[in-house]
Amino acid sequence: MIAAAAVLGVLALALAWPAPVALSGASWTARSPATALALWQGIALGGGLAMIGSLLAFGAAPAGSLAGAATSLLPSFWTGPIPAAFGVVQLASLTLAVGLAVHLALNLVSTAVRAERARRRQHRLVDLLGDPLPGSPGTRVLSHPVPVAYCVPGIRTATVLTDGLVDLLDDDELRAVLAHERAHLDQFHHLVLLAFRAWHAALPWFPIANRAEGAVALLTEMLADDRARAVVGAEPLATALVRVGTAGEPGAYADAGGVHPDPRMLERRLARLDPGTTPLPRWARAACWTAAIATAVTPIVVLASILV
Amino acid sequence: MAGLGELERSVMEALWASDVALTANDVRDRVALRSEPGRAPATTTVLTVLSRLERKGFVARARDTRPHHYHALLSRAEHTAELMHEVLAASSDRDAALARFVGTVTDGEAQTLRRLLDDLVRR
Repeated sequence: MIAAAAVLGVLALALAWPAPVALSGASWTARSPATALALWQGIALGGGLAMIGSLLAFGAAPAGSLAGAATSLLPSFWTGPIPAAFGVVQLASLTLAVGLAVHLALNLVSTAVRAERARRRQHRLVDLLGDPLPGSPGTRVLSHPVPVAYCVPGIRTATVLTDGLVDLLDDDELRAVLAHERAHLDQFHHLVLLAFRAWHAALPWFPIANRAEGAVALLTEMLADDRARAVVGAEPLATALVRVGTAGEPGAYADAGGVHPDPRMLERRLARLDPGTTPLPRWARAACWTAAIATAVTPIVVLASILV
Repeated sequence: MAGLGELERSVMEALWASDVALTANDVRDRVALRSEPGRAPATTTVLTVLSRLERKGFVARARDTRPHHYHALLSRAEHTAELMHEVLAASSDRDAALARFVGTVTDGEAQTLRRLLDDLVRR
């Protein structure tokens, strides 16, 4: 039991600090965003399970197994006294594990509920205010000068453009934008983003959660860019990005809440559209996928081994 | 009820196009003018749509007259400006709900970024 707790503890520490720092600093992620996204998910899932699991294993050690600890501790909640084998440290560790699990789950639920509410409101307004775009079902155009394109994911989806954007872009660029948004919707990027946003909301003081959320958001943009590039080619996508990213200067965004296009994200998305950028070799991608799966599965295997 | 969304749009168009508050009958007549023959809604349907729109906060009614007079709470442009503000402004709820083609940063973040870039250039 103590050995299992130690293994999980070391894994939790590795996934809480060095692994995400290395991944967020790596430059290869722009070459194979899907692979990098798999690694991020492995780190988040494996890290969370390892952290909770190590606390559980340590706290349950006096009973010899997780099930044993549950059967000896749970009845004494109501009838007391707590078995003497469990000291304050073990009980604190178990409480922390349960508290952390509940905290993470509640944050996931509340983040999902708030996102769903915001999406309903979006649909309500877009249905009334947007005009359909001929030849592009599910797309609405709002009458507003700031060039903006976005999509509303979920069970019911919508792609929304402003006529500022339609005026700014030529036909190929517009098709690139539509293909990009379509990719977000088809590939369910909102689910991955939701999980990482909930993780960040649950651990706001944890710098890695913030960094992970930013990295994952950028990777989903790159995946959507890849689809747009496959549909219309790199050139219209790049010019669309530059036009939308710079059209706001200096005044167009002024009335829209004091925001500007994010230059850092744009730069990284543009740089990888260069034809010299090639995906990682097949063996490297396979190795990363294996590592991602192993990272998520290891804590489960360790916990299963001490279950009974 | 596939047409309900379309009907809400038509009713709002009628209210937005009018300078004065309208009764449900006025609204029905104006919607009927733009509908295909035989597809014009009944006044009861229009009343249902109007109360839905009232609940959603798009429409207000004056209750001191009979029949009630309805008017749009905000103009179309005002609603659109409000929607854009929500889409562009930094808010974690918004971020979780939508995905934008080009993301935005706030003034403060943009200044921080520029300072970081300046520092890098000077080094």
